[in-house]
Amino acid sequence: MSASPASLHAPEVSVERAGIQTTVQDGGRFGYQHLGVVPSGAMDMESLWLANALVGNGSDEAALEMALQGPTLRFATETLIALAGASFGIRAALGQSVALLPTNRPILLAAGTQIAFAPAPDGARAYLAVAGGFDVPWVLGSRCTYIPAGFGGHQGRALQKGDILALSPQASATARARFNHLQKKNPGVVCRGSMAMTVRWSVRPGSLPDDEVTLVRFINGRHRPLFTAQALQAFESSTYRISPDSNRMGYRLVGPRLERANTRDVLSEPTNLGTVQVPPDGAPIVLMADHQTTGGYAKIAEIASADIPRLAQLRPGQEVRFTPCSLAQALALARAARLALADKTRALAWQYQA
Amino acid sequence: MGSKPAIRVQSVIPLGDTAVLVDFSDHLDPDVNAGIQRLADAIRRRNLPWIRDVVPAIASLAIHIRCDLTDAADTLEMVHSLVDACLGDKPPRARPLRPPLVVPVCYDSEFGLDLHDIGERTGLHPEEVVRRHLGSDFRVLMVGFVPGHPYLGGLDPTLAVPRRSAPRLRMPTGTVAIANAQCVVYPYEIPGGWSVVGRTPLRLFDAARARPSLFEPADTVRFERIERPQFDQIAQREGTA
Repeated sequence: MSASPASLHAPEVSVERAGIQTTVQDGGRFGYQHLGVVPSGAMDMESLWLANALVGNGSDEAALEMALQGPTLRFATETLIALAGASFGIRAALGQSVALLPTNRPILLAAGTQIAFAPAPDGARAYLAVAGGFDVPWVLGSRCTYIPAGFGGHQGRALQKGDILALSPQASATARARFNHLQKKNPGVVCRGSMAMTVRWSVRPGSLPDDEVTLVRFINGRHRPLFTAQALQAFESSTYRISPDSNRMGYRLVGPRLERANTRDVLSEPTNLGTVQVPPDGAPIVLMADHQTTGGYAKIAEIASADIPRLAQLRPGQEVRFTPCSLAQALALARAARLALADKTRALAWQYQA
Repeated sequence: MGSKPAIRVQSVIPLGDTAVLVDFSDHLDPDVNAGIQRLADAIRRRNLPWIRDVVPAIASLAIHIRCDLTDAADTLEMVHSLVDACLGDKPPRARPLRPPLVVPVCYDSEFGLDLHDIGERTGLHPEEVVRRHLGSDFRVLMVGFVPGHPYLGGLDPTLAVPRRSAPRLRMPTGTVAIANAQCVVYPYEIPGGWSVVGRTPLRLFDAARARPSLFEPADTVRFERIERPQFDQIAQREGTA
């Protein structure tokens, strides 16, 4: 690896191409929903937690969420990174040297390395974590970006070409110290090109689609009695496609329209991540990370929280089916998912113990 | 809760496995709404680790929970007993009463796009529509949808008009609008189907302020008429121009 003139540069990342929508996201902004502030945070929380664990960070640390097409970034100093989630290809370049880097592992990048991403064959979003974290301001207890109101993350918006993101001032020292731990525990660290070193193992998130049609579980929505029997039947038995105008606020579903038997207005009331609401046109919308905190549309279903990460990895045009479960089952799924993830993160944390 | 009318749980419904909705009424009742807001404060005062957010709404309340921090098999039962216990909590001594929020609004025809239309529907002169809007004693029923977006109750009943059949795609920031018995103020440019009476130059939400949201649940609100030069002056100061 080339020597890094660490003292000459502050740890930072410059954005050479923006990607479709790259934002700073973390574990979410809680405690302000009564003022209309939605938690936001990573769409696929499981991949965020894993990306952070792969570089030795706390689970909820801020990382870059990249959607569909990633950015091109350059790291000013030596940095320990990991990409988890959608299987984007990582292409690293430093001077004349070019290398393809693996996902779902910790990678030590030399100062000055540029990385670009090839579109993912699987999944919609990936999370780039750096050891020590990104140094963007805290807004209402979180670093995540909420684009509709323009706050959080980097200047309240998606990254643009020319942006410079500061990393934690200790990011470079942290990268070296943590990689030393990895080297001690993992004989035979692998060099990729002249700019990257990594390990021989990887830890994958469980949120990538593994079938043509993704099956997602739901519990009954509170306005089910307002729908026709055919609508309830259609929702459970049809295949829906993710519409191209889906975004971080909601996934619009293309498929059978869901008609109401009773069209009385419902009072505006709180919504939740995973609420499936049906506007008067009958086309259902699944509320995602940046959803409105309250709404007046009828709720036909609520997606089990354990299945949100897999839903968040679906791209426009991909197919999904909905199958019912009980509240007790949804709770059991959520707790099992937490335990499985805790197992992975504990194993990874061990890699960084002295 | 002393002489305040008590509220009673009507139903407890899961909003998925990470939130529980508690219903108190199927229609807007100002006393029930105020009771829900006091209940939300009482729940929040307990600082329970498994609760992430308490959201009082018009006739219901949602509690967002971390199901990994409780081993309860039945979160509905857990929330129901918490709500029952909190309904019995004594309110804190001398809860500071916030003074009425006075919100400047410019009703010029450039901003009050639907004053004539409301006048036609209600049989009132547009100037009388403004007078009755100014004369209404509003109360914040709920803040929701987007940050700082208030739903105000207390509109003069003679101004109750239904929502417009064709919503506007963009309501400019600060737009003051009415529908049925309520009034809203749009903190951001979002679509809306309510009838527009004017615009405020105030910034409704600013994450950097000590009180990020100008409107908070239970605030009392009065609108105050300003003319265009004053509007521009305040907009300049607030950075909303």
